[in-house]
Amino acid sequence: MEDIILQNISKDFGAFRAVNEVNLTIKSGELFSFLGPSGCGKTTLLRMIAGFETPSEGSIYLGNQDISDLPPYKREVNTIFQNYSLFPHMNLFDNVAFGLKIKKRPKAEIKDRVQEMLKLVKMEDQAAKHPDQISGGQKQRIAIARALINNPRVLLLDEPLAALDLKLRQHMLIELMDIHDAVGITFIYVTHDQGEAMSISDRLAVMNQGRVVQEGPPDDIYERPSSIFSAYFIGETNLITGDVHKVYDDYLELHCPDGTGKILVLDSSFHKPVAEQSRITLSLRPEKIAISRHKPRHQDDINMLKGQIEDILYLGSHTQYIVRVGKLKFRVFSQHKRVYFDDKALDWEDDVWLFWHDTDTWLIEDNPFEVLADAELDDSGNLKRYVKRSKI
Amino acid sequence: MKPSRAKLFKGLNLTAFSLVMVFLYIPILILIVYSFNDSRIISGWQGFTLKYYAQLFSNPTIGEAFRNTMLIAGLSTLISTSLGIMAALGLENKRFKARGGLLALIYTPLVIPDILMGVSLALLFNFTRVNTGMVTVLIAHVTFCISYTVIVIQSRLEGFDYSLVEAAADLGARPHYIFWRIKFPLMLPGIIAAALLAFTLSIDDFIITFFTSGRGFDTLPIYVEGTIRRGTITTINALSTLMIGFTLFLVVITKRIRKILISAL
Repeated sequence: MEDIILQNISKDFGAFRAVNEVNLTIKSGELFSFLGPSGCGKTTLLRMIAGFETPSEGSIYLGNQDISDLPPYKREVNTIFQNYSLFPHMNLFDNVAFGLKIKKRPKAEIKDRVQEMLKLVKMEDQAAKHPDQISGGQKQRIAIARALINNPRVLLLDEPLAALDLKLRQHMLIELMDIHDAVGITFIYVTHDQGEAMSISDRLAVMNQGRVVQEGPPDDIYERPSSIFSAYFIGETNLITGDVHKVYDDYLELHCPDGTGKILVLDSSFHKPVAEQSRITLSLRPEKIAISRHKPRHQDDINMLKGQIEDILYLGSHTQYIVRVGKLKFRVFSQHKRVYFDDKALDWEDDVWLFWHDTDTWLIEDNPFEVLADAELDDSGNLKRYVKRSKI
Repeated sequence: MKPSRAKLFKGLNLTAFSLVMVFLYIPILILIVYSFNDSRIISGWQGFTLKYYAQLFSNPTIGEAFRNTMLIAGLSTLISTSLGIMAALGLENKRFKARGGLLALIYTPLVIPDILMGVSLALLFNFTRVNTGMVTVLIAHVTFCISYTVIVIQSRLEGFDYSLVEAAADLGARPHYIFWRIKFPLMLPGIIAAALLAFTLSIDDFIITFFTSGRGFDTLPIYVEGTIRRGTITTINALSTLMIGFTLFLVVITKRIRKILISAL
């Protein structure tokens, strides 16, 4: 069953188009995320579902009902605001009870329900306190209790963890998932943090410049990015641009521009017909690449490149190597599952072999709306520089 | 900084502080003491008496002046605060083009000298041939109070977190409910401050009242000035002491009023 259907939604603020022809279907009970950089339109989209903004074009359905023009107080949708927006002149009990008091429910029922909600968010013994007497994490819990007491069909969360510190954020993330399991309603989660979105979502929509770039389950988006933007926004990646040398029945052969190596791409990754001699771009995640000083014997000179270590970043659980191969730079993550003395011995300026399995590369489709915000391409179309967005 | 210099600055700070306190409160203290002093002129202590307080309460002119003052203060507070609330809410929308201009017009009377306002109001009433008296004083008081009430209430609204309104709407509250349960309670401290300010401004206004009251409508400041001019200061000391007491009382109960009003909403 579908809970929220966004049909061709656009939103203009003057000449600026904040949301551009978005079509999404969010299933009942799903935890769905809108993920994108700031200004990508994700919050505007959420505010339209809540009813704080009306779409310039398109319709929003809650179940079978078109709610595009309903005021917020008539929608069976509740919101967790980024700054919590607890009412400062009411104690926590009255804050949570607010929704039921509007509905004029009997006092005893309100009391029971508030207790139940406070228990759900583990705040049952603090009902008499005022919002200015509790911590950020506790405010977050009260905001959740206040929103859920109305039994909404959909809970909207607008960057709910952005104001918390890292440890608390990880803790609340797990708690949010527990609450989602406990109440079983649809959650729509807005965030710019790809880690949060990946770990919490059943499915997510990657947004950029008002459009949905890609939608799907987190692993699908990570392993099979449809565009350079989603490949880079979710995790890190290496982009390899090359010319198709030959197309076989179930794979194609790609030659790297400077002739450093041959790459085979398996059928499963080319989801559209590719012509010989055409130029294509592949995504190869850094953790898929093995790195060694010795040339692998079983690769038949395929899916392997020889390069030189340019930088080593030791990160505890893994080491990140920057390896120069001709004009390209490769990012390689090497897990420290076991410490190999050979790996440990890798050093700056060392000549190394990079190799991977032929199912590890993924062909990225052309996307006409794509803009590489933080990436620069060099003359031959390779990614020259990419500045990773800082996580807040 | 050398310790001796630090000491010097500390000493200077203390001196400045003491001087301010002395100049602020010694006159008031003297006034209170003399209101109980059994002497017709300001001289040494002649013994404790309450007779000036007795005179105060038996004097019908003072009684009338007191009633006039309270009436004008009460009414002008009510009117100027209500208008202030409406003006502040009306000027809330920052996209409203005339907002800046209107605010400037409202704030200007704050810097216009009282005497100028008094004279111009007197001229206006003369020109329009309105009989001076209670109504003209009331109009004058509302006129100068409204600048203060708007500025106080509006500054309170300036810091208002509009996401609270959205949160309330999100939880199912209609605009009317949101105003009375969220917005108004949060404006209330500003409204009370504005009302108190208007009330005290009205109670002790002399200059503007002087120009707009005409004969036969005296407020306490007008009466006090007239009496001191005739040289009898003793009852005035008693009157002033009572007024100080009343003001202190107002300050003390303000906090309580706020709490009671908020819980009543």
